[in-house]
Amino acid sequence: MLEQYRICQTTGLRVFQSTENLIKANAVVAVIFLAIGGLFGLSIALTRWKAVHLLPADWFYLALTAHGLDVLVVWIVFFEIAVLYFASSVILGCRIATPRWAWAAFALMLIGALVTNVAVLMGNSSVMFTSYVPLKADPSFYVGIILFAVGTLIACFVFFGTLVIAKQEKTYEGSVPLVTFGATVAAIIAVFTLASGAIILIPTLLWSMGYISHIDTLMYRTVWWGFGHSSQQINVAAHISIWYLISAVVLGAKPLSEKVSRFAFLLYVLFLQLASAHHLLVDPGISSTWKVFNTSYAIYLAVLGSMIHGLTVPGQIEAAQRKKGYNNGMFEWLRKAPWGNPAFSGMFISLILFGFLGGISGVVMGVEQINLIIHNTIYVPGHFHATVVAGTTLAFMAVTYLLVPLIFRRALILPGWAKAQPYLFGLGVAGISVFMMGAGTLGVPRRHWDISQADAILPYDFPGAANLMMGLNGMSAILAALGGFMFIVVVVGSILFGKKIDASTEVPIAPPEDARVVGEYGNEDHPAIPGTIALVGVFFVSFILYYFVNWKYLAEVWPLR
Amino acid sequence: MSVSPPQQKIWWNEPVPKSELIWVIIAFIWGLIMFFAMVWWHIYGEQNLSNESYRITAEDFSAKTEAMVEKYKVREESGYPVVHPPPGEDIYLIARLWQWWPILELEKGQSYRLHLSSLDWMHGFSLQPVNINVQVHPDYEMVLTITPDSAGEFGIICNEYCGIGHHLMLGRMYVVDERGN
Amino acid sequence: MSEENHQEAADSNESERIPFMQQLLDNPFLLLFLGVTIPTIFYIIWGVMEIVTIPIAK
Repeated sequence: MLEQYRICQTTGLRVFQSTENLIKANAVVAVIFLAIGGLFGLSIALTRWKAVHLLPADWFYLALTAHGLDVLVVWIVFFEIAVLYFASSVILGCRIATPRWAWAAFALMLIGALVTNVAVLMGNSSVMFTSYVPLKADPSFYVGIILFAVGTLIACFVFFGTLVIAKQEKTYEGSVPLVTFGATVAAIIAVFTLASGAIILIPTLLWSMGYISHIDTLMYRTVWWGFGHSSQQINVAAHISIWYLISAVVLGAKPLSEKVSRFAFLLYVLFLQLASAHHLLVDPGISSTWKVFNTSYAIYLAVLGSMIHGLTVPGQIEAAQRKKGYNNGMFEWLRKAPWGNPAFSGMFISLILFGFLGGISGVVMGVEQINLIIHNTIYVPGHFHATVVAGTTLAFMAVTYLLVPLIFRRALILPGWAKAQPYLFGLGVAGISVFMMGAGTLGVPRRHWDISQADAILPYDFPGAANLMMGLNGMSAILAALGGFMFIVVVVGSILFGKKIDASTEVPIAPPEDARVVGEYGNEDHPAIPGTIALVGVFFVSFILYYFVNWKYLAEVWPLR
Repeated sequence: MSVSPPQQKIWWNEPVPKSELIWVIIAFIWGLIMFFAMVWWHIYGEQNLSNESYRITAEDFSAKTEAMVEKYKVREESGYPVVHPPPGEDIYLIARLWQWWPILELEKGQSYRLHLSSLDWMHGFSLQPVNINVQVHPDYEMVLTITPDSAGEFGIICNEYCGIGHHLMLGRMYVVDERGN
Repeated sequence: MSEENHQEAADSNESERIPFMQQLLDNPFLLLFLGVTIPTIFYIIWGVMEIVTIPIAK
């Protein structure tokens, strides 16, 4: 049984018809949910901006639940499935395993997402993304999430099956490419994630239907975060793979060392998921031994992995650029990078914001004791908007600018918009993150409709700076929403109305500039990367300073033991 | 390239470039430092969360709290009893929909064993502007020893979403310089 | 010249000479096993054990 495929004119990759359709379907649904979830997000930020205070309380909590589910889960996971299919079938040039199961997975995920959304919009399931018991949602809320999770699990196994087929049919030689390896790591983390979700959400469903009388809150939180936090670790593995992918396709970059990059991914497989403990650092009854071991990913070994990628990704870009002759001084390679190509600029902004804002804040707030001054303040969403929006979402947007010409075979419309979009979105999200983190250090709580508490019996006045921060957060959200809107217009517009690309058409905006140019440099004879080392040095110094500043803040609060 | 298989078939034996090797070593050592900082703080630091916790029913916790209120109540404010227990005492704070009950009045520089539990849903104890944040569960009682080192009026905010009245769930705590001041 | 010979020898039976770590990294199912087992033991099982051993209040 031979399946139809075409040879991509720009990359020389083999693209099978069924893979192409699956990638298209998953990516399109992802983008639709990004638009919906993004709008909810904007309405939330505008509500928390005191001068606007857009939504009434019940709508606010409804919108917050929908925002979390639609962007943190539906958008990201659908897109990740598209990435998994791309990284297996397209990159390895092999047919996809059991396309029928892949379509079944797609259908389950879509139905699940719709069912949960309807449950939330009906107004009786405003239990937040975390749905902590004993807050009770409509049973259909949990049914939707479970269906979605089952679909995702099937899709992960389609991915693993595709790896097996590629190996059997020898469509590649030696080890899988680094991007495929990174995607494998994402799929592995996904399996643990979904298993944890099933363990806790199935009993919760039965409880909401009245078949089980009680669910222990501490047990729920522990197992649920094995799902909730690990799902964000899937993103980390996926978007780092995309960083490697984009630097390869756009610049012809090649890993400085396969060994080091893959070893860093191995550390993710082994230790990244332990960080689910970040959410339980101030919970009763779990010992400090458990907390310290798990919150530090077993002595910070997964942080080591991230710090390695933080060197190797810009390092390989620098190496590729120097190979092309951008050799003057420390930073010519960076200045002359293709900043006008949204795939590249989006990827690089994602890298910087993820590392400086998301990475550092994540490690600091994950220190067992420092978490006391951060837990459940709005600092937490500040942190994860830097990782999941500036890091993951922006990386996914960047790679979409490559997928439109490569998979949808359409030229981008509005190239000017596409060019500006990553900058606008990056700026907006950076603002969102920084201002929420700032407000969080002033004690502003997360998931809170009105910090002015006008009707409370015992009101508490937050410092004026807190309201200022929340206002600036609202303004940043408008910028980010504008960036998101431009992305959706460009992508949807290009898919519908973009010029069809056939063999003879030039791809106007995402040219894999002569990927061969990098040729033979490899692990042994590898070029010096002084610019990257300088960047990494700046990062490291910021990390150390911020880390100790927070110990200082902690030392100032009331003694506690 | 990252989208094609490694050039060398056996890449694990390739020498690691020096810049990467040094960075891996630095990052590893930094990880060790951060890990032992937490351990160190447990021994020498002043802000560590207690590991003392118990299972408790809502009725029992509520009874203990009411006994304390009865014994040490000094006045009433906006319908809330204000309690001034002697230093070193066990003090109780109830989290419930949607209040922190009662109002505790403590003395600066003295230590108290604070018991926290919820009678219904999960809540978040957030003492402001000190900014101490602790998760409060139903059916579990956490006991932590606090030593207020600043005087004044403090707000207790709920920072775990607990339904439509969440943003109205506020409590208060007083810390006085000396007895009765 | 001994180096050359060595190189040839390496080429001819390279399938046996793939280092252990590379074999591990090339085996997605072994990685899957590790990636599920480790957090299940250290995070979930250990965590659940901590929770069930919390004493009852006096």
